[in-house]
Amino acid sequence: MLRSRQARIALFGAAIVLVQLGTRAGGKPFFLTQLTMSAYYTLVAVGLSVLMGYAGQLSLGHAAFFAIGGYASGWLTTNDLSPLRASALVAALDRAHLLVARPDLYGGETLTVHPWAAFAVAVALAFAVAWAIGIPVLKLKGHYLAMATLGFGTIVYSIVLGTARFGAADGLSSVPPLPLPAGLSVSGERADRVSNYYVAWGLVALAMLLLANLVESRVGRALRAIHGAEDAAGSMGVDVARFKLKTFVLSAVLAAVGGSFLTHFNGGIGPGEAAVMKSVRYVAIVAVGGMGSLWGTVATSLALNFLSLRGYFGTLDDAVFGGVLLAVMLFSPDGILRVDVRGLVRALAARARDPRKPEEPA
Amino acid sequence: MTALLEVRAVSKRFGGLQAVREVSFDVRKGTVKALIGPNGAGKTTLFHLLSGVLAPDGGAVTFDGRPIHGLPAHRVAALGLSRTFQHIRLFAHMTALENVKVGCHVRSRAGFVAGMLHLPWTWGEEREIGERARAELEFLGIAELADAEATRLSYGQQRSVELARALAAGPRLLLLDEPAAGLNMRETVELAKLIGRIKERGVTVLIVEHDMGLVMNVSDEVAVLSYGEKIADATPRAVQRDPEVIRVYLGEDDA
Repeated sequence: MLRSRQARIALFGAAIVLVQLGTRAGGKPFFLTQLTMSAYYTLVAVGLSVLMGYAGQLSLGHAAFFAIGGYASGWLTTNDLSPLRASALVAALDRAHLLVARPDLYGGETLTVHPWAAFAVAVALAFAVAWAIGIPVLKLKGHYLAMATLGFGTIVYSIVLGTARFGAADGLSSVPPLPLPAGLSVSGERADRVSNYYVAWGLVALAMLLLANLVESRVGRALRAIHGAEDAAGSMGVDVARFKLKTFVLSAVLAAVGGSFLTHFNGGIGPGEAAVMKSVRYVAIVAVGGMGSLWGTVATSLALNFLSLRGYFGTLDDAVFGGVLLAVMLFSPDGILRVDVRGLVRALAARARDPRKPEEPA
Repeated sequence: MTALLEVRAVSKRFGGLQAVREVSFDVRKGTVKALIGPNGAGKTTLFHLLSGVLAPDGGAVTFDGRPIHGLPAHRVAALGLSRTFQHIRLFAHMTALENVKVGCHVRSRAGFVAGMLHLPWTWGEEREIGERARAELEFLGIAELADAEATRLSYGQQRSVELARALAAGPRLLLLDEPAAGLNMRETVELAKLIGRIKERGVTVLIVEHDMGLVMNVSDEVAVLSYGEKIADATPRAVQRDPEVIRVYLGEDDA
């Protein structure tokens, strides 16, 4: 099992490189921008895949966690603290090197939270909100859970849309790059396009390594048990409420990481990222990829997000995701990409072991 | 012999229905005890009260000297009390082996962080879980079904997987809720032998069952419930002769 897990990650790494080389050979280097953005949306999708496909808990509010990550990073790194320089808190933060000073357009100087400190706050905030929301909400089942998470998503959307400090309908802009080692940074600079592509998909690969490990572990088994028969899982010693909550928080943190990085990459974020339709998109992606299929989710997320971001769906963008969700639920609730690879391999292996066996007529 | 499980004046009411009324009994260590009674006597409700699926309205349940009434099911399981269900509750989309592996949950401890990082100390634990789960499938005589999807097996095989899962937890007390339901005669005879082998492993067994042949065959003691109250608690032979039991349970004409 482990060997196949490592093999898949290696294969994934190779695919990432191939796609990049493909865009270069095909003369479409600008595709990398949308491919990079797709990676950050994929972080939300794979976290949701564990929550929905393994633990069996539906969330229609994950865009909210993406937005919490993005807005926390965006606001903290653009909100000028220089007028508050005299306050004890700002002075203390400055001494702790958690703030950075940058020249602004008018020759003055702005003082903002360091992007990595902002990132830490963004992740901690998503963690705390998911924990606080998850405790009451995860007691609900089925469509009651879906409606409660929908309500949560709507609240976050209303807050970011209606708050002047967060730019209301315009959102936040002029978000600085997130500095990385070796002179790299998460930013929309054209010169950094290739490195940003690799950073984004490297992050997805890392998340996949962790999640693929998790779903094959004792915890993964317990989550599938909760999905399969919640009361029996409890009677086998699985702390059902706690495992659901931790999975919810884990998926929320992944969404917030995606939101934070994409906000640095795009240099801003708008309230549309928190919209309920965004949450529906993530659910649709997980559903197409196959409930309980992490790799199917990655493939679907890449394809659908890239096509959507390139504008192939035109004005029918949301309709495509809605239609996809409808089609999956009607025709293949377990997902379209869930092929029985294991069964196929086993059949081939059996044939290889016993070559004397004549070919059976189909 | 000392009592492993002590049930004292346990009651449970659902709206206007008094499902269990001040029931008390002991299950002595190393024995097989049966709970019998006509349909609706409160047997399954009592099982739910013992295993933490439901909390009693009143009374006390003590397991190995420790009060367990009101504890959630997973805490009760962690103390060494394992159960099967009247209506088989296997985990869908998981193989028989994976189902039994979940039974090892209480005996292992890899959490989210250890799982995600695939920490070296979890490797040995996973190997032990695998070995233990296979050993239990073997004990039940269904080792060849390890990789089959559990919910697609035959009814009798599913019962065996459920039993293997409960045993994998390494329980001190095993609660069996109507294990012979849906089994044919041959399978029921096998089940009786199996319960004997489980007892030989040192596991105490409390069984709810309708099949009187099985109950009288495997039990050391039998408690009889009727309309939520205990009306008899003695050896199988004494219970069979008890006029009250004969009246409420077997029907007056059968005596």
